[in-house]
Amino acid sequence: MEQQLEASTLGMWVFLVTEVMFFGGMFMVYILYRVLYPEAWVMGSNHLNVTLGALNTGVLICSSLTMALAVRSAQIGSRSGQVVNLILTIVLGSVFLIVKYFEYAEKFEHHLVPGPHFDMSLPEAPHQQLFFSIYFMLTGVHAAHMVVGIGLMLVILTMAMRGRFSSSYYTPVEVSGLYWHFVDIVWIFLFPLLYLLGAHLGAH
Amino acid sequence: MSTEHAHVITPVRTYVAIFAALLVLTGLTYLVALQDFGVMNTPIALAVALVKASLVVIYFMGVRYNTPLTKVVVVAGFFWLLILFGLTLNDYMTRHWMGVPGR
Repeated sequence: MEQQLEASTLGMWVFLVTEVMFFGGMFMVYILYRVLYPEAWVMGSNHLNVTLGALNTGVLICSSLTMALAVRSAQIGSRSGQVVNLILTIVLGSVFLIVKYFEYAEKFEHHLVPGPHFDMSLPEAPHQQLFFSIYFMLTGVHAAHMVVGIGLMLVILTMAMRGRFSSSYYTPVEVSGLYWHFVDIVWIFLFPLLYLLGAHLGAH
Repeated sequence: MSTEHAHVITPVRTYVAIFAALLVLTGLTYLVALQDFGVMNTPIALAVALVKASLVVIYFMGVRYNTPLTKVVVVAGFFWLLILFGLTLNDYMTRHWMGVPGR
């Protein structure tokens, strides 16, 4: 059993490394255009809502704690602990997506979504549009990972409620927990790189 | 592999301490971003993010209790990422060093 858990953990990490490279390519695009258009990047970043971004960072860190506690509950064989912590994780993940919805809605209202309705009166508008394309790409793919994570947690929650896990078998909880923490780590990098890069130059 | 790694259950207070550290570091990232350190703003922000990510990987994801093979895979993943960034920037940031014939 223990060897099986180790093999599953290793396999999950190999998958997560492919995910690191997947996000890495998009971060590479971000870095490259930031080097080329630094002023547009600062201006674009200052349009983002730092309060909501910071709130979401906190929400994801909380969800990582509840996820870790869910795995721990499985390890000590506490079914109620698993159920409570998994529900909290799902709720916090949903809160993240709801906050993200309001952020996106704000961008639509302010004509900051790339496309025919983008506010071309902004300074360096074409390059700011590029910033927002990359903003929506990175946060959009991250949000898609959150949706997948919440789906995964619903499955694990159902299994936990049926008592499928014990202190000697909790591999699915452990492995989907790794995925959840990985998505948290992506946000840990997205928050300073997207929201905070121009904060010292005076927000709007 | 080694049996002493098995059944290591992290105490709740460790998780809570890491959680508190992550929140403090998030606050730190925000406060640092408000100060003007010139070109050092982004490196400082990335350093804090790297510390936060390491805390999540080592404690929440429990890599410290994993086998050496898993640890190597984890480190290799981030190493490949550095190769991706390093070699791409090596190309783009040195292109203007030499003139291109015919341009």
